[in-house]
Amino acid sequence: MAPNNSVRHGRPGFVLEVDRSTPPTLFWHGEGFRLEKLPVGSRVIYAPEPVTALKDPDGAIRHALLNPLGDSKPLPDLLTPGMKLTICFDDISLPLPPMQKPDIRQMVIEAVLDLAAEAGVDDVVLLAALALHRRMTDAELRHALGDRVFDAFAPSGLLQQHDAEDPSKLMHLGATEAGEDVEINRRAAESDLIVYVNINLVAMDGGWKSTATGLSSYKSLRHHHNVKTMQHSRSFMDQHRSELHSSNWRMGKVIKDAGIKVFQIETTLNNDTFPDSFDFLQKREWEWGPRDRASFLAVSKTLDRTPDRLKRGIFHGIKAPHRMTSVQAGEVEAVHAVTTENVYRQQLVQVEGQTDVLTMGLPYISPYNVNSIMNPILVACLGLGYFFNLYRNKPLVREGGVVIMSHPTPWAFHPVHHPSYIDFFEQVLSETTDPLEMESKFEEQFATDPWYIHLYRTSYAYHGVHPFYMWYWCAHALQHLGGVIIVGGDPRSVRRLGFKPASTLRDALEMAEDVVGRDPSITHLHNPPLFLADVR
Amino acid sequence: MRALLFERKIAKYAAAAVAGRLAPGRGAKVGPLHLADIDEPELPGPGWHRVRPRLAGICGSDLATVDGRSSRYFEPIVSFPFVPGHEVVGELDDGRRVVIEPVLTCATRGIDPACDMCASGNTGNCERIAYGHLEPGLQTGFCRDTGGGWGLTLVAHESQLHAVPDALTDEAAVLVEPTACAVHAVQTSGVAEGDVVVVLGAGTLGLLTIAALRKLSLPGTVIAVAKHPEQRALARSLGADVVAEPGEVRRAVRRTTRSLANGDVLTGGADVVIDCVGSSDSITDSFAVTRPKGRVSLVGMAGSTTVDLTPLWHKELQLAGTYAYRHEAFPLAFEIAAEANLERLLSATYPLDRYAEAIQHAAEAGRRGAVKIAFDLRTERRR
Repeated sequence: MAPNNSVRHGRPGFVLEVDRSTPPTLFWHGEGFRLEKLPVGSRVIYAPEPVTALKDPDGAIRHALLNPLGDSKPLPDLLTPGMKLTICFDDISLPLPPMQKPDIRQMVIEAVLDLAAEAGVDDVVLLAALALHRRMTDAELRHALGDRVFDAFAPSGLLQQHDAEDPSKLMHLGATEAGEDVEINRRAAESDLIVYVNINLVAMDGGWKSTATGLSSYKSLRHHHNVKTMQHSRSFMDQHRSELHSSNWRMGKVIKDAGIKVFQIETTLNNDTFPDSFDFLQKREWEWGPRDRASFLAVSKTLDRTPDRLKRGIFHGIKAPHRMTSVQAGEVEAVHAVTTENVYRQQLVQVEGQTDVLTMGLPYISPYNVNSIMNPILVACLGLGYFFNLYRNKPLVREGGVVIMSHPTPWAFHPVHHPSYIDFFEQVLSETTDPLEMESKFEEQFATDPWYIHLYRTSYAYHGVHPFYMWYWCAHALQHLGGVIIVGGDPRSVRRLGFKPASTLRDALEMAEDVVGRDPSITHLHNPPLFLADVR
Repeated sequence: MRALLFERKIAKYAAAAVAGRLAPGRGAKVGPLHLADIDEPELPGPGWHRVRPRLAGICGSDLATVDGRSSRYFEPIVSFPFVPGHEVVGELDDGRRVVIEPVLTCATRGIDPACDMCASGNTGNCERIAYGHLEPGLQTGFCRDTGGGWGLTLVAHESQLHAVPDALTDEAAVLVEPTACAVHAVQTSGVAEGDVVVVLGAGTLGLLTIAALRKLSLPGTVIAVAKHPEQRALARSLGADVVAEPGEVRRAVRRTTRSLANGDVLTGGADVVIDCVGSSDSITDSFAVTRPKGRVSLVGMAGSTTVDLTPLWHKELQLAGTYAYRHEAFPLAFEIAAEANLERLLSATYPLDRYAEAIQHAAEAGRRGAVKIAFDLRTERRR
């Protein structure tokens, strides 16, 4: 067995049918939880238990670099003195929650840098592949890269963050056969080699998306970050049925044809998501022991008395004990095929048939509010963008069905990270919740707003167009569903999103019956830890 | 005749001020306003007519008076006791319906030659409002001699009368006088074609200003700032392109004008801001969202207030008050009243004997989904 493979020791995913003896089910509820008694006959989908991690991750990384997949040469053979090398890495949106030290990026980049040093490469730049995300703070970069790498590169300006709004730092490479502009970071494009260091948390990540999206500009992104693409990605977690995937792959061909060499390093993680103090979150409720029950009670009671700001601080202080389950390197597509299988190995759960009503508890974190506030737009995106799309074959909920999400959905925004979200919420959503209408009427105004561009470039703000993408992420669900209800949310915020507020799950289920009929089938997504439902 | 009479009673005035501070409109219950049987006003001379009010609106300045919030500035230019009410549609003895132009100018006061302001047509700025053969009073509804719309009869000079077209309902006609104020506000605000204009406040005057902007100018974008859902819907239907809540105004103007910002103050901003509120907060917002060398028109009655004038100084803003109108504003106001279907802004009417309720409703209009509240005198029994 190659050292970059791990074996499963945790139990596979599980679909529980609720009966009278089933204890209440834990729902995430932002920076808190709700225990809900689901109706008898409901199904609860639990994630597989964590796959056993690689015993020697450093050895596995080195093995991957020396034994690449596809038609790539081993990394040492690609490194020559005098060459220009750019090492790109995934940004703060991965993994979730941020992992305990050492971060995978640090481990991989240190290995790459050792090889580069051995080969006498001295023109090396590290580049955070932000796309239109916010810049990372020094503390976040230091956490991701480790002290040694950060201190070696940051002071001399060799640790950079992609700037999608500096025309002098972008290069237009051409267009795909479908007419999609491909524009990526100039430093990366002009390098003799791009080494991309990826963390593949969900099946959508990685592959050509790393460079074609992570290093691109609005001009390029708009070809796939749009309503049509998202409505034709069913789901975007299933690369064989994802227009998002197809577009990125077309762009990848343009990158390759332009002579740009990419050495892709992809890693997968197990879903060991929460530290010991939150161990009950990893377990199935009927298997909670006295210690889990005590922990749950202690955490819940403490949270009840804790101000929101402090609660946010506590949760965002969580560092996940994620461990690496695989690492593969080499040619992009060959690497990604193996990576995807490794993601599936950890996350796939077989589910028989769709449901009328899908319930989900939304946690405090999404890819776009690390160390930040989960504002109402991100609530919608996490539920209808990400969780709804965690399927292969068919959506978990039938067409015309209802999604019930649990989250406080406060009318609250991080003013530094999400300035355009505030305007989007105040202006765009007060006029329309139709993704197509807002795309045609408002997107360009926000995308080209000089203030948002200034804040994206110089502060820590997501790009002006980003809230639109969050809403487009929901487009498939919005088209598919008959209704969306949020339990325990701020009614004003929920209504602004175009959804219905309910104060209890029981109320929400009664409201759902108005849409799907009496005695509906109900399925609960017990997530996180993450899983991907393979719906038959 | 029956009329609501406002008398100069210091103790009651103080009580109204206290009650009005506790809850807007409460001054009507404890203050110097009361329902009384009084003599009809005498015709002051030739050219004067008796007018039987049909509908008479309750204006923001009336509410300030009733709640004891009026500026002491007005003391020399009103005369007690007076019957309030200056937004009036009524009928003459011969049955013709008229809207009153309430400003008491040199012509009404028998002053000849007229003051410079009246002579130049700026009758709203008459310099003789405390002189001539009438007691002091800036308008009908604040003058002891003329009566006002909140009584069964008032007297008006022929220069104050505007015939109501047959097709126009009383409910629309009662909005004509405040619409004339809005016309004047727009005509004096210097809005140029393509300008970004902000209208702060979406009570009666704010909404009418939006309608007047659309009728009389060619702004590029009209941003309305409205607190309540019904106000927001009306603002949009009357011609606002963007509608924001009060706490959102700076962001709304910033993104519309694609301005940058220094803290809370925009580097650019709107060309013209028409402040129909007149509070410390609204004036502060006006200064914050107006571009350098832009103009702020103060339409809402400000009273005594505290505002940081630094942005006025630093951005070299023009700040101008706008009060009342010129005579020519009325024909335009009639057109707007008809074209914009203004009768929909009249939300409720009350008989005189329910005046406390009416005034409270007017004071809480926005929150209660209302715009204009008026007294309906058409069914009052005449003595």
